[in-house]
Amino acid sequence: MERASAVVVGAGHAGLAASHFLSQRSIDHVVLERGEVANSWRRERWDSLRLITPNWQSRLPRQRYEGQDPDGYMTAGEVAEFIERFAKLSNSPVRTGEDVTSVRRTDDGYHVTASHCEISCRSVVIASGACNQPAVPQFSHAVPASVGQLTAFDYREPGSLPDGGVLVVGASATGVQLAAELQRSGRPVTLSVGEHVRLPRSYRGRDVLWWMDASGVWDQRYDEIEDVARARRLPSPQLVGTAERATLDLNVLTGMGVELVGRFAAVRDGHALFSGGLRNALSLADLKMGRLLDTFDEWAATSGRGAGVDAAERYPPTRLPQSARLQLDLRSGEIRTIVWATGFVPVYSWLQVPVVDQKGRLLHDGGTVASPGLYALGLPVLRRRKSTFICGIEDDAGAVIGHLAGYLAGQSPSPAGLPATAGHDRPPELAR
Amino acid sequence: MTTVTNGVNVQALLEARDALKEAPEAAQFTWRASAKWNSGVHSTIKVQSFFGLGQEQSHKEESVFDADHPEVFAAEDSGITPIEYLIVGLASCLTAGVASVAENRGIQLHSVEATVEGQHDIRGILGADSDVRNGYNDIKVTFTIDADASRQEIEALVAQSQKRSAVFDALTNPTNVTVEVA
Repeated sequence: MERASAVVVGAGHAGLAASHFLSQRSIDHVVLERGEVANSWRRERWDSLRLITPNWQSRLPRQRYEGQDPDGYMTAGEVAEFIERFAKLSNSPVRTGEDVTSVRRTDDGYHVTASHCEISCRSVVIASGACNQPAVPQFSHAVPASVGQLTAFDYREPGSLPDGGVLVVGASATGVQLAAELQRSGRPVTLSVGEHVRLPRSYRGRDVLWWMDASGVWDQRYDEIEDVARARRLPSPQLVGTAERATLDLNVLTGMGVELVGRFAAVRDGHALFSGGLRNALSLADLKMGRLLDTFDEWAATSGRGAGVDAAERYPPTRLPQSARLQLDLRSGEIRTIVWATGFVPVYSWLQVPVVDQKGRLLHDGGTVASPGLYALGLPVLRRRKSTFICGIEDDAGAVIGHLAGYLAGQSPSPAGLPATAGHDRPPELAR
Repeated sequence: MTTVTNGVNVQALLEARDALKEAPEAAQFTWRASAKWNSGVHSTIKVQSFFGLGQEQSHKEESVFDADHPEVFAAEDSGITPIEYLIVGLASCLTAGVASVAENRGIQLHSVEATVEGQHDIRGILGADSDVRNGYNDIKVTFTIDADASRQEIEALVAQSQKRSAVFDALTNPTNVTVEVA
């Protein structure tokens, strides 16, 4: 039986950052990867996808973006290359083609079984990602067979869909991006909108994510957030990375001819039924954006960093359609395809340790999982609001591997006792 | 924050939320009403018992409601119409939500008034035009709120109240309804 102090599951940016800090502390470890390094970026993204974070924000431990376009946005292929380079530079002990099929507890640690190896180890870092499987509502089974259905994992480009109407379900980053692309391809798009996060692409002349970063909002710690469970469920913001730095909110989509309807609630007798609560979903997002921009303005005024930016601005409220349709006959031929952009869930079926709740979520406190020696990285608001962004992994991995090293050395500090690693002051409270 | 007194026991609600996360079966409630036909379109509805927290529960007192149609419908007008009961529920639910959210956010309320208007084309229920639905076409709720808060904070109260409202959800989303003969 092979032995290691630590096994890292997954060689995406999170697993590789864990590996970097393990190496730095001379902790012997193995990184097991089901496919290739940065696998999901190579196989589970649509063709036109770009990061929503600008290039200059793509930071990994001892690796920065060095290209010619710091304000641009990487394609999925460029992200894969960026991560691949990180793996090579940090000499990470990655074994590709090793699908982890089981992790179970033993007397002194864990027993990890993968495609071609079995390893006994004292600690495991779960870095298998937050988006392993699309989450599609149960009632998708009731959609008439004449309507094609696909998820963001199956979708590649508009040409692979039949001509005719498309119902895109979900208005987070994925949903708005696919709605825009499909509408431009000549397929009339109906967009089903539930709770969403509206953001302008740039604010006061800077990328809106510059504000999230500089103002300290992104550095807000999980244990400072009033309702961290809600923060972790927050949909991804309505942003797209384009050369024009264009905003892609619902007003833009309406202007393109996309029809908005409420949250897709049920299928009854071949009809899609939509919530009549669309107006409030739009209000909630407008109000939330307003509060966030207030936070930025306050920070700019009090920090003195407002000097280099344009004047404060506010955006018109989201326009409600004259009368949003409450139902749509799926048998009429109006809709040929439904694209489910309803989010993703992680898969932990291989994890034979009782640390997953009834809803399939990993139970952890800032990345310390409720089983000694078990850790997680790369989940939403794991330790900070920026946790799932590429630039968020350095702080998280440093802290989590610090805890892991303490555990291996025989100390086990409480998770809350972890030192803050970022240099920012405590950020202003992110308004509700 | 602690000096706010809207009279909502938010602490108890937050404790219940935490307790029920661990015990979802206790969160299963059944609400009941029974109607008895009098004559014409007049019926009397009584509400007292319900089920929740794993056992039978009861309101302190039985509540009795009369439902009828107005005289313009050629009825006796012994009570409000059934579809008016729906907006009674909506107005009270959203108002309760505003008070609860305000308490939780430390906002002192001085007065809250909600007026509800439901647009209803009665050709639907009369069978005069098969393209007209039976129920409301549109419902509008207008809140007038006096509170120690900015307009933006008040709008956020009202938005959050809708987000957590049972009746708003019941009216805006489809619900399976089974009606059978015993």
